Amino acid sequence: MRKKELKLVVTFHTTADAMAMEKFCKEQETPGRIIPVPREISAGCGLAWCAPLEDREKIAAVMKETGIEEEAMHECMV
Amino acid sequence: MESTMIYMDNAATTMHKPKEVIDAVVAAMSSMGNAGRGVNEASLSASRLIYDTREKLCRLFGAEDPRQIVFTANSTESLNIAIKGILNPGDHVIATMLEHNSVLRPLYEMEKKGIRLTIVKSNPEGTLDLADIENAIAPDTKMIVCTNGSNLTGNYIDPEPIGTLAREKGIVFVVDASQTAGVFPIDVQKMKIDVLCFTGHKGMLGPQGTGGMYVRKGLSVRPLLSGGSGVQTYSKTHPTEMPTALEAGTLNGHGIAGLHAAVEYLEKTGVDTIRAREQDLMWRFYEGVKEIPGVKVYGDFSTKNRCAIVTLNIGDYDSSEVSDELLTEYGISTRSGGHCAPLMHEALGTVEQGAVRFSFSHYNTEEEVDTAIRAIRELAEE
Repeated sequence: MRKKELKLVVTFHTTADAMAMEKFCKEQETPGRIIPVPREISAGCGLAWCAPLEDREKIAAVMKETGIEEEAMHECMV
Repeated sequence: MESTMIYMDNAATTMHKPKEVIDAVVAAMSSMGNAGRGVNEASLSASRLIYDTREKLCRLFGAEDPRQIVFTANSTESLNIAIKGILNPGDHVIATMLEHNSVLRPLYEMEKKGIRLTIVKSNPEGTLDLADIENAIAPDTKMIVCTNGSNLTGNYIDPEPIGTLAREKGIVFVVDASQTAGVFPIDVQKMKIDVLCFTGHKGMLGPQGTGGMYVRKGLSVRPLLSGGSGVQTYSKTHPTEMPTALEAGTLNGHGIAGLHAAVEYLEKTGVDTIRAREQDLMWRFYEGVKEIPGVKVYGDFSTKNRCAIVTLNIGDYDSSEVSDELLTEYGISTRSGGHCAPLMHEALGTVEQGAVRFSFSHYNTEEEVDTAIRAIRELAEE
């Protein structure tokens, strides 16, 4: 298994939110990808957005601009 | 028969679908996983495509957010969700004589549970007076349900004046767009529509089993179903966030792939272009049959803006007999009898006789229309 790194993990209420997130981030070239929600996080939607920690503000801005509501933002080893 | 059949029952379902729609369904059936149920590529591709379809429908209907677009199996399911999920015992509802059974039957069911129902009358030619709707409004009126286009006469009902009235009074406005989605411009925000119910297999040119609804942000609708959602597995209640709140169980992903291609086709071809073509064919037919002795055409033909439907009877002939003759002698498919709009038949005086409905698609041709005109002329002479 590859070594885990500390990442930003955003969880969502619905799959539609996760898809909207992926779409907007791709459009704005904000790095990250969809991952299954890690076990240590309790989340609604099984899909999460995983991004480098340093992009936290950028990601928060994308979400605010597009009206995507996160269920939670975590920092965890992924 | 099949190769030469002239299909004029497009208000029931459009039989001729764009090739892109068929290809999209076939492709989806060999590549698509279950949306929102995993992070494998097959599942994600379904999730992405479904989300993209929400976006397309959001644009098509002028909605404020793709997450307010819910997928259902058809208009009937959408209307049931709206009527049973918004109304409570003690509420007053206004509907019209133009409505289809997919509106009336859920309302009659709710009537038994304690809602009060007012049905606004239709004029003899199947039109409505806004004043009648306004006069029916009471302090406890919770909802107005109205069709955007009659499936029996083809009369188009402009939602905007009704929506404006409803919004002023804080009444939920539900529109049945079964006959109009994909063919007429619909802008839910401009028309002040709170819930828009549509099906995918008529004017939208998608597969049967696809459809959906738009629900205005902030309007709370109790779901008809609860169950798997791909989210919040350990919660004992179904999620309340849209669109998942109203989408329990695996979505019809393969069908939605077809609907996606269908909306792309509509975008590319243009709703206005399709409507203009359908209306041209409808007017050609109307002009060809209206003067034939013994032929009675129903509906309002004083305005150009109407659905591509011409409904008629010949003398006292049973509509089913006429429809059968059209099929067996001329290979023309129409619909006869009652059309799931019992009160509209009452208003037109066609409860006993039924009526023969010709409904056109932009894929029909002038030649086919002329054959249908000749058929009616010959049958009327017999």
